[in-house]
Amino acid sequence: MDELRYAEALNQAMDEEMARDENVILIGEDIGIYGGVFRVTKDLQNKYGKSRVRDTPISEQVIAGLSIGASMMGMKPVAEIMFADFLPLVVDALVNQASMMNYSWAGQVTLPFVLRTQGGAGAGAAAQHSKSLEAMVTMIPGIKVVMPTTPADAKGLLKSAIRDPNPVVFLEHKLLYNTKGEVPDGEHLVPIGKAEVVREGSDVTIVATSRMVIESLAAAEILAKDGISCEVIDPRTLRPLDTATIVASVEKTHRAVVVNEAWRFGGYGAEVAAMIAEEAFDWLDAPVGRIGIHDLAIPFAKPLEEAAIPNAGRIAEAVRATLA
Amino acid sequence: MAKAAKTNRPTLDELKEMYVKMVVTRQMEEGLFPEHRAGNIRGPIHTCNGQEASAIGATAVLRKDDLISTTHRGHGHMIGKGVPAKGILAEIYGRETGVCRGRAGHMLMADRENGLLGTSAIVGGGPPYAVGQALAFQCQGSDRVAMSCFGDGAAQIGMVHEAMNVAGLWKLPVVFLCEHNMYGLTVHSSHQSPIADISDRAAGYAMPGVKVDGNDVVAVYQAAAEAVARARRGDGPTLLETKTYRMVGFSTTDIGGYQPEEELAEWAKRDPIKRLRELLGKDLKVEELDAMDEEAKGIVDEAYDFARTSPVTPLEDLYVQEYAVTEVTHG
Repeated sequence: MDELRYAEALNQAMDEEMARDENVILIGEDIGIYGGVFRVTKDLQNKYGKSRVRDTPISEQVIAGLSIGASMMGMKPVAEIMFADFLPLVVDALVNQASMMNYSWAGQVTLPFVLRTQGGAGAGAAAQHSKSLEAMVTMIPGIKVVMPTTPADAKGLLKSAIRDPNPVVFLEHKLLYNTKGEVPDGEHLVPIGKAEVVREGSDVTIVATSRMVIESLAAAEILAKDGISCEVIDPRTLRPLDTATIVASVEKTHRAVVVNEAWRFGGYGAEVAAMIAEEAFDWLDAPVGRIGIHDLAIPFAKPLEEAAIPNAGRIAEAVRATLA
Repeated sequence: MAKAAKTNRPTLDELKEMYVKMVVTRQMEEGLFPEHRAGNIRGPIHTCNGQEASAIGATAVLRKDDLISTTHRGHGHMIGKGVPAKGILAEIYGRETGVCRGRAGHMLMADRENGLLGTSAIVGGGPPYAVGQALAFQCQGSDRVAMSCFGDGAAQIGMVHEAMNVAGLWKLPVVFLCEHNMYGLTVHSSHQSPIADISDRAAGYAMPGVKVDGNDVVAVYQAAAEAVARARRGDGPTLLETKTYRMVGFSTTDIGGYQPEEELAEWAKRDPIKRLRELLGKDLKVEELDAMDEEAKGIVDEAYDFARTSPVTPLEDLYVQEYAVTEVTHG
């Protein structure tokens, strides 16, 4: 067990899977010689060669197409889309091609590819490089969507995603790349579709994704001082969602707050809140709280950006509201 | 622009096989319209009437383990690649015996066993994944070829440009078959593109651009043979443009009125089936030609009977699991 940065854990996952299976190839912009703009594919081209680690032109639609076509013929492409803000360019390939092929073609193909990207605000990258667009992909049947928070989950989920026979969109966060954590060596697989209770509690359930898990844990610390006990759940996989773990928690706490860095309206948090309302209605003692980023283009100036992003203070406030 | 090859002339047997397939395509498609009007088949239907030489000539040069991907106007490519008419029609009728169990319908078919992967009715949606198939072949050290069929309409969309660019860059074993049928939906190509020949763009992707008479099956066959051979030996892609014409509307929903009568009449004179029949007439007796027509009719009649009498896809097909459990690796 080593302490690794999140980016290093992802790199180790790809390195191990490339060593394990020669069909695993990497494609994307700036991933080869440069090792990715966030250094996630660092040194992999040196190790595995230019044929297996390919820099592509700035052509997201064909990156998606390459992934679909190569995976249906037995390769296991891991594609990098540099920013989640570019997901709209590949959503056509996901929603109109990848999502229909296994079902509409009656099981004649599977598409074992992974499309990695990173989103999130807080880096001063403004409205076109800071968004959390997970709802654009979580609405699509047949596509799995994974969003790890810790370095250990980043490694274990990426390895599982690469071995999965379905398309997996793998959502990283730019502010998590430098966070550190213990990461098991070698064969560490985290199952897709399994949430984790990252903090146990009895008064309120907080369901948080990606960097919002860290903010939620900080909120739980603040609230603990006032005697409020929060249970924090990280779904880790957004689709298929582990609803059982969330519902079981709400049955215990009777209150829930959903925290997601995306826009609230029509965002992924809305789906989780609706699920809780449907499946745990009888146990709820308060409306489900829901927090997202401010519903506007993400602003550049630091105080504005900071005010737009959900933080521990806002989460604590929302938790208190469910107890009021 | 590279000149189309004069070598690779099809044999008489190959010409006969192509003739039968062209007639099968024509008759099969002509049968769809009355069936659609009668309500026996659903959804929009797009046919390649007038374009059969392009579809059949180009696919005739492929091996069974090569792939084609095609469009909503793809029946000819399917027949050419060896997809049984029975499976195609059963799919159009929404039957369990269709190539996709009736889940895909006419616009989205696939038949892995015969190298049809797949069909996209998103204009320009096929070339991006066709280059992915070719990438797999290149990575695997295989000499298989992916042929991506699309039209002059699709040539105007960005992702097709991206696909050709990366194919040229990486010398992928793919053949881009652009069937220039003069119309993208209802709009003439001269109102969609500032150039008349899509193949002129090949220079921008560092690949040969070849233009042939798409209603001359021999010319298409020869040009496709050269393009496929080039891809197979690792020399990269070709943009092969077949000049042809869509003799029918865009689909069953098309109310017409935008194709000038004179234009239709002019292209009717270049009917590809008539032309091939005349060519074959130099070597074959009329009875032999008629026998081929009968053979085609037999295939089509049998396929329609098969489709009509097959069971409708059971409702259970709606409730299959959302995700695949194991990887499909065959083919």
